[in-house]
Amino acid sequence: MTRRLMEGSEAIAEAALAAGCRFFAGYPMTPFTELLEHFAKRLPETGGVCVNAESELEAIGMAWGALATGARAATGSTGQGLALMQESLSEITRAELPLVVFHMARGQGDYYQATRGGGHGDYRHLVYAPIDVAEAVALTQLAFDRADRWRNPVSIYGDYLLAHVAESVSIERLDFGPLPAKDWAVDGSLGGSGRARIVNPLGMETGVKGIDPDAFWKRLQAKHDEMARREARFDAEATDGAELLVVAFGTLARFARYAVRELRREGARVGLFRPITLWPFPVEALRRAAAGARRVAVLEMNAGQMIDDVRLAVLGDAPVVPIGGISSDPAGFGIGPLLDAERVRERIEGALAVEAA
Amino acid sequence: MRERQTGLEKPALQVGVDHDLCPGCGEPLALRMLLEAIEDVGCAQRAIGVVGIGCYTALAPLMDVDRIQALHGRAPSVATGAKRMRPDALLFTLQGDGDMVSEGLQEVIHTAARGEAITCVLLNNGVFGETGGHMTATTVLGQRTKNSLDGRDAAYHGHPILIGDLLAQLDGTAYAARASVHDAAGVAGAKRMLKRAFETQLRREGFSFVEILTMCPTGWFVGTAEGPGYLDRVLGSVHVTGELKREGRFVPTASLRARAAQPGGD
Repeated sequence: MTRRLMEGSEAIAEAALAAGCRFFAGYPMTPFTELLEHFAKRLPETGGVCVNAESELEAIGMAWGALATGARAATGSTGQGLALMQESLSEITRAELPLVVFHMARGQGDYYQATRGGGHGDYRHLVYAPIDVAEAVALTQLAFDRADRWRNPVSIYGDYLLAHVAESVSIERLDFGPLPAKDWAVDGSLGGSGRARIVNPLGMETGVKGIDPDAFWKRLQAKHDEMARREARFDAEATDGAELLVVAFGTLARFARYAVRELRREGARVGLFRPITLWPFPVEALRRAAAGARRVAVLEMNAGQMIDDVRLAVLGDAPVVPIGGISSDPAGFGIGPLLDAERVRERIEGALAVEAA
Repeated sequence: MRERQTGLEKPALQVGVDHDLCPGCGEPLALRMLLEAIEDVGCAQRAIGVVGIGCYTALAPLMDVDRIQALHGRAPSVATGAKRMRPDALLFTLQGDGDMVSEGLQEVIHTAARGEAITCVLLNNGVFGETGGHMTATTVLGQRTKNSLDGRDAAYHGHPILIGDLLAQLDGTAYAARASVHDAAGVAGAKRMLKRAFETQLRREGFSFVEILTMCPTGWFVGTAEGPGYLDRVLGSVHVTGELKREGRFVPTASLRARAAQPGGD
């Protein structure tokens, strides 16, 4: 397939279609709106359905119903809309449905929301944070695969820049290997057989009165523990011999990568570690990358959220300092002055100067 | 004393015959009518039920119909997503008044307005039965509940919502009706209405809705034997039974007719 210049929102929607997504429901909200627009246009053209939901509550509910029939389905919003969806997101995790969520955040202040969630009970879902449009295309397809493989929600953490920057990409269906049959999905055909199915978040079984939450939740915990062991992804560069290790994710990591490469060329001993999965956080990889560093600098555009995970990974082996911070445009869309290579370079240089002193 | 046959034979779409709900509860009766209606319209092998959260959730494992268990209030959206992916399936929701009318009111209204080809079934007993008898959006004025001890007071607690009447007014609604299982005729009427609602869905005419008034003596703090009478007298006089809309045509609502007949009504 030829490469084409595409805005991030369009590329993500096309990647979802390539992955076989047949249902989408959403409610407009910047910077998620264009993603909804593309699904609304393209899904009916490809035999799917996109419903203009009346709120985020309905959007995730509709996706839930579509998923229960075995279809690949997705929803999304920005952090504000995702806040409304948390109850369903938590229960869908317990119903073990393969939901893909496009979390097009207003900046990086939704890190806690994406990785800890605001829903009830013990639940986890994979969170991918692409650095650019090409990676978003690949991770979107991976998200649908991993959602089916684990029968668990997966979210893509994007932002205003990812949604709106146009880049040259090619979109082809990626093959991740065979998946288990969806022998849990409902189509109505098992009525009266004594084996009718029930897709549910409570651990119910047909013909069995009552539930056993203790055993059910422990089984889910074991699954989430296994996901944590197997699904961590990261990108690291120039970490060998680095005295300063910069940790950044998503769009801001792209600026950090530019600045780190520039500084390396000038002889600075600085490396970059980028978690691609925000959950599971690549704990072991970061610990190894930070092993020789005298200082770990966390660059994130918020009051300090990912820094908790960095500290838990480094476990005091090196000082962990914040070099980012809140940085917003007047509209609050998360495209603040820190999204600038010079400014990011200054922050990294500041941390290097402390190191030198 | 004459021996009576009372539902010892289970419906074909039910697993097992017993349930754990309270004596005198109207919900198992409504469920039986629902399961029989699915059979009667020939949809046993193509029905998908979306169950809300309430006492009736305990009945979900006993249904031998493909099901999706939804969150409190959210069943209409879940049914929407399933129907859009399985247009040939018979999609119905099973919800209580707390679920549908209190927590999830916008869900059922939007789903009706969209003309979604699903059937929403409301079991309305005017209380949160599962929590032990608390006020819902359909609790009638004067009704005593655990959080309206002196009776629902319009000035303090607001007015009940007559959800069937409200949904009947939406253009997307093709069929709307209200039944009551307080006596044999009401039980038979519930099944007839459920069948008509399902037939409406199968003809793809739009959204269909059946409200079934059910006994909850536990949540009403009355004796088991008093349940049917209380339902008919207290809830039935406000949530008046009858068909509200059929084949997309608005029927002057039973409740409005009843109100107009009252002294001072217009």
